[in-house]
Amino acid sequence: MRRVHVTLLVGLGLTGVLVLDHVQSQPLNPFTAPPVLALGSGMAPTGAHCAAPAPGQ
Amino acid sequence: MSTASDITTSEPTAPGVMSRASMLVCVAAIVLVVALFAGPRYGLLLLIGLGFGLALEGFRFGFTGPWRRMILARDPSGLIAQLVCIGIVAMAAFPLLAANGAELKGAHAPIGMAMIGGAFVFGACMQLVLGCGSGTLINAGSGNAVGAVALPFFAIGSFAGAYHLSWWTSLGSLPMMTLSGTDGLMVTLAGLVALAGLAFLLRAKGTFHMPARYVGAIVVLAGLAILHLVVAGQPWGVVYGLGLWVAKGVVAVGGDLSGSTFWAAPANAAQVEASLLTDITSLTDLGLIGGAALVAWWRAGLASPAGKLPARAWLAVIVAGLVLGYSSRLAFGCNIGAFFSGIGTGSAHGWVWFVAAFAGSWAGIRLRPYLGLEARR
Repeated sequence: MRRVHVTLLVGLGLTGVLVLDHVQSQPLNPFTAPPVLALGSGMAPTGAHCAAPAPGQ
Repeated sequence: MSTASDITTSEPTAPGVMSRASMLVCVAAIVLVVALFAGPRYGLLLLIGLGFGLALEGFRFGFTGPWRRMILARDPSGLIAQLVCIGIVAMAAFPLLAANGAELKGAHAPIGMAMIGGAFVFGACMQLVLGCGSGTLINAGSGNAVGAVALPFFAIGSFAGAYHLSWWTSLGSLPMMTLSGTDGLMVTLAGLVALAGLAFLLRAKGTFHMPARYVGAIVVLAGLAILHLVVAGQPWGVVYGLGLWVAKGVVAVGGDLSGSTFWAAPANAAQVEASLLTDITSLTDLGLIGGAALVAWWRAGLASPAGKLPARAWLAVIVAGLVLGYSSRLAFGCNIGAFFSGIGTGSAHGWVWFVAAFAGSWAGIRLRPYLGLEARR
């Protein structure tokens, strides 16, 4: 097995994840998407981060 | 037995101009599609992730290798490059956070028993698979079989760690401690200089050097990390997205996440229902893998053999991948979310994470020969 096969398998796996996600998730709506930049948007940051404390902590 | 006539030895050739141009068009088209269908911020985040992948693989820069070289050869070059990079990010992030606290947030987390233990275990496991949070993604993208095998288990571990996070943090945590403003920045920079100075003093003779690729990595990674903060409103992170992929899979097969305080929390439950293309860390993770694959292909580096390991080594990789993911959630981040972004945005937990993970790395390096991952010295 060569590295190209490994990369192709990884790509295939990720494609599967994205297809599954597309089927089961809420449809995308670019018109409700946040502004390009958070800085200057006037909106509170909403994204999840691995450093975020456990809920209720 | 092979003979000279049946061996075909051909040097791997780099892709031609047309192939490269076509690939760049494909990548640009993917970014454009995400921007059009999900929103421009998400397209830009995918592009930033690609940049991280290009920089880390292109400059052959990482976190695990430099720590290994510091421990084994007392070569502090890569570690000092990491600290310089964090310092540059801090110089931009501290004023940005101070002036725009309503729009931007840091990678701030509390120090606790589970956090310290998680960081130690993460440090050990990252030496077992020779890949940290970002490193596992980069390795998987560039065709490294160990990284590719570790990645799905890393994701499963990340999901499980998040599932149990509230229980672990209930074991005991200090209040959140953050450095902010000018004073906080000065303390952070002084800490980075002190740590770099200590690493320099501990160096073996003739080991320290700062090649151009390190300088390039420092500049590009710092620039991308600052851009990430400005675009996403939060610093660069890795492991949340991996756990989210598994959470979605669990829901897809009828699983119920309501038993987890973490995954049932409104913000996380909403993200499980939303598209991955609207999740910040998922987009940069996908970009990391894609960027690394692009560089490896560009350099004709995908033609080499994937490598072979004994069965017990593969078992160790699977277990280490699981534990990497699980422990990174308890530690409130990996080398990126806790060490790089935590220190860079003033979280005290980033400093504690580094000490614990570095000690864990020392232990992990000594474990490798016993698990069949390298020859005994």
